Amino acid sequence: MSTETTSSPASKSVAPDQGAPLLRITDLKKHFPQFKQTLVKRPDNPVRAVDGVSFELRRGQTLGLVGESGCGKSTVGRTLLRLLEPTSGTIEFEGKDITHIGGTELRILRREMQMVFQDPYGSLNPRQTIGSIIAAPFDIQKIKPEGGTRKTVQELMQRVGLNPEHYNRYPHEFSGGQRQRIGVARAIALRPKLVVCDEPVSALDVSIQAQVVNLLEDIQSEMQMAYVFIAHDLSVVRHISDRVVVMYLGKIMEEADRDELYERPRHPYTHALLSAVPVPDPEKGHKKERILLKGDLPSPQNPPSGCVFRTRCPKAVEKCAAEAPERTEISPNHFVACHFPEERVVL
Amino acid sequence: MEQTKLDTRKGDPGKNTGADTGFLDVRDLKVHFPTDDGLVRAVDGISFRIERGETIGIVGESGSGKSVTSQAILGLHRRSRAQSSGQIWLDGEDLMTVDDERLRELRGNKMAMIFQDPLSAMHPYYTVGAQIVEAIRVHHPDTSKDAAKKRAIDLLGLVGIPSPARRVDQYPHEFSGGMRQRAMIAMALSNDPALLIADEPTTALDVTVQAQILDLMRKLQSEFDSAIIMITHDLGVVAEMADEILVMYGGKAVEHGAVDNVFYEPQHPYAWGLLTSMPRLDRARMDRLNPVPGNPPSLINIPPGCAFHPRCTYQSEVPGDVCRTVVPDLLDDGTSHLTRCHIPTARREEIFLSDIKPRL
Repeated sequence: MSTETTSSPASKSVAPDQGAPLLRITDLKKHFPQFKQTLVKRPDNPVRAVDGVSFELRRGQTLGLVGESGCGKSTVGRTLLRLLEPTSGTIEFEGKDITHIGGTELRILRREMQMVFQDPYGSLNPRQTIGSIIAAPFDIQKIKPEGGTRKTVQELMQRVGLNPEHYNRYPHEFSGGQRQRIGVARAIALRPKLVVCDEPVSALDVSIQAQVVNLLEDIQSEMQMAYVFIAHDLSVVRHISDRVVVMYLGKIMEEADRDELYERPRHPYTHALLSAVPVPDPEKGHKKERILLKGDLPSPQNPPSGCVFRTRCPKAVEKCAAEAPERTEISPNHFVACHFPEERVVL
Repeated sequence: MEQTKLDTRKGDPGKNTGADTGFLDVRDLKVHFPTDDGLVRAVDGISFRIERGETIGIVGESGSGKSVTSQAILGLHRRSRAQSSGQIWLDGEDLMTVDDERLRELRGNKMAMIFQDPLSAMHPYYTVGAQIVEAIRVHHPDTSKDAAKKRAIDLLGLVGIPSPARRVDQYPHEFSGGMRQRAMIAMALSNDPALLIADEPTTALDVTVQAQILDLMRKLQSEFDSAIIMITHDLGVVAEMADEILVMYGGKAVEHGAVDNVFYEPQHPYAWGLLTSMPRLDRARMDRLNPVPGNPPSLINIPPGCAFHPRCTYQSEVPGDVCRTVVPDLLDDGTSHLTRCHIPTARREEIFLSDIKPRL
């Protein structure tokens, strides 16, 4: 299968050094077909959950994926792990096209890519013990770890800050933060090269979030894993990411290295997102200039013409409705899809 | 919008002691739930007061008792299931002593609540309009259906729902999350409540929508001069909205003061932990976060002494095992800034200046 299908020149220039990236996604689309509820089933416009997303991720790095709910960030995470079948585009992992692999090949690949889920309650089977939950990857992959599964699992539990003696307990006996640690232990059991973390701390209490974020960072530096960190909390994303992708309605609005994106955001949507975050500082909070977006997210079934953000953009003009903005490299490694990018200090 | 307030105070306005109780005065509120596993001390002695036009933020982790406090004010706990004590004075009336009939009159009328999850707080079987109309007519039975519906449309417009005349006949599932939350606010406002309790009103929403909703709440507050109780775990939200902050831990207030005091000169180790552990967009990026160790306590099994002691990194400041055995008092430092901690105030000030302030 070709690895050089539709990759745009822009997405390639991201990585001039260090050879091939760990993960490269090119023009990825995931559309969910819809049907009209009439007497005879008729196809309707599909939901364009992900509509042409391209990015790269290097070994040991963290890519933050941010955007409002419904922007397609979770669908990107699930599609790149091949939990969902992509509609078009390519996914390359370690230089190999994995867009359409299946069967044994896909199962073996899953050793290299794992996921941590948002809901620490829904993502653990309540009828399995912690031991068997964390051992599941070994069972599924038919791997016999050195020293036996039980010992390895207990080492993993120790590593993520759980008491190894709780091996035979059930998920309901743990708090939300501890459950998320179980989810992390399961994800890192096979020492994957890539972990997709889908809102891993959003459901946790403030004082617990920092514990889990630190754990993820420690494990990353220890095992040299790459993370795709999906979150809507822009402060956590700034803390953990090396590079940040801002999505809106299935498309990438802006992509840049962390400091560049937070200090010199160019896209009006990024400006609005950053300005909307309430700061825990009463004086600054009152003085802060807010860019209030009007209305709600349009339906991904009928996205606006031209630039998808134009219906809520404070700067939109006729041109925005007529043509979709190209993804342009506005400064080295900083990509923006906007007709009128503007540097603006928001923070 | 129609502004004529119908007289909501029918009959006896409760037992006014004549004491100065302000607009809302909660005194030593306790709510305990007996269960098979033991007594759950969800709220264990909370006091605060606010006037109209003011906002108090109640901050705490899940299971700290913040939502139970608000439900107690609305009288939502079944008296047979919950053991409540203390006083809740609302405009000269002690809600703990009035009967259910009177509470029903007040609820949704003089005091209203915005719930966290608008999808489960609204009935899926009825249109949004029908639910707002019901909220109006239950308290004003002489309002005609048409007039109530007109008011519902006005309210939906007021909270920023586009084409409210069409939206009023739609069902909750046809609204997006932000719109549903706005519809909930519209319903809560339908009788111009003097007291608005918002329980995590924006937690389920995206930041852009959150900014819209907070903006809306501020506008409505200045228009109606309502008192707002804002319950949240998001310190950013309270910093923006509140005049006063109450930090709860294990069912008790651990710190209570004006918003500036709590954010710029926090006194309790738990508040220190919260403020220094979270990544902040308004500060330089930290290389590493400093989390509060341990887990929040279970309300069935609150640690003896200071509930925070198992997680407190400053326990060694107090000689002996006082922290582990004696519950500290909530003490005023003279500036109406109250803290529940055994470390002497002067020493805490020192720790704050040397250790915490540089990290804030």
